Amino acid sequence: MAENIKKEQATTHKLGIYLWIWGLLFVLSFFSYMVDWLQFQGLLRWTLILIFMFLKAGLIMAFFMHLFWERYTLVNVLLWPMTAIATFVGLMVAESKYTVFTRFFYFVLGS
Amino acid sequence: MDQAALKKLPRGWKSIPSDLGSDQTAFKGVNWGKGMMWIFLLSDTFIFSCFLLSYMTGRGSTVQPWPNPSEVFALDAFGVPVPLLLIAIMTFVLITSSGTMAMAVKYGYEKNKKLCGIFLLLTALGGLTFVGMQAFEWSKLIHEGVRPWENPFGAPQFGSFFFMITGFHGTHVSIGVIFLFIFTRKVFRGDFDSGRKGYFTSMKSNYVAIEILGLYWHFVDLVWVFIFAFFYLW
Repeated sequence: MAENIKKEQATTHKLGIYLWIWGLLFVLSFFSYMVDWLQFQGLLRWTLILIFMFLKAGLIMAFFMHLFWERYTLVNVLLWPMTAIATFVGLMVAESKYTVFTRFFYFVLGS
Repeated sequence: MDQAALKKLPRGWKSIPSDLGSDQTAFKGVNWGKGMMWIFLLSDTFIFSCFLLSYMTGRGSTVQPWPNPSEVFALDAFGVPVPLLLIAIMTFVLITSSGTMAMAVKYGYEKNKKLCGIFLLLTALGGLTFVGMQAFEWSKLIHEGVRPWENPFGAPQFGSFFFMITGFHGTHVSIGVIFLFIFTRKVFRGDFDSGRKGYFTSMKSNYVAIEILGLYWHFVDLVWVFIFAFFYLW
């Protein structure tokens, strides 16, 4: 009997974990909505949005998608390409700043 | 590979070289369908990232002012415009359906047919509500004159990014809802207990299928987290 229970726990997790994560996701979504409601602007706004976004994404991936309990090989195969993409997005945002600078410089000011 | 054999393998960082060594299964203890779903989701991440990348670049490089999403997506509640009201409700609906999906996966693994089916059905209804609200949002914006090539609020790129990104996400949700209804029927019919063969695959299946479907559904929620942050709040 004890053997059976152990086997069950290897594949299913306690209900409480899911309810906790669910609650946390609600709270974090509420906070990120508050960022807009309170009209935070500039660096504070972007930092808060990104923090709440990554916390939510992390909770969903770790617990709802069970990555927390998976072996490191699968976790690394998934997370490194995603890190590379995030870096690429960051690079292109920097590139867009240069593009808008040249557009203003040559087309708006120069015309 | 059963649980006892898995427990004997090295854990942590040491598990990576030992799992990836030659002539063996790389993803130990992972059902092949689950592994393939993860790889599909990774490729899907690439597609959504391309949208995100082009959106950030397009928004960052336009010389015209970007429409204020807080005002564009405001909704009148009792005569007062509330910013992002519909979007907030959609976010909570999708998170709720993600929670019920996690429950369905849990009860599936416990072979609790009834609760698994009920939670799958709730998830499907949540998804359907989400798609309905998105359709409402689209028709409202189209009515206000937002087009892929122009809109009355500011930079013309806004419309094309909006329709592409939310449209592609909405398509994913719709496909998910269809599969959720199909799998609800399969669970209630007892396919995963009796080993009844699937219509398309002609293969027996078990409750791992619910986890695989769950991975897809949580991914849809995950993408919405990013869309909510970058498109609606940014």
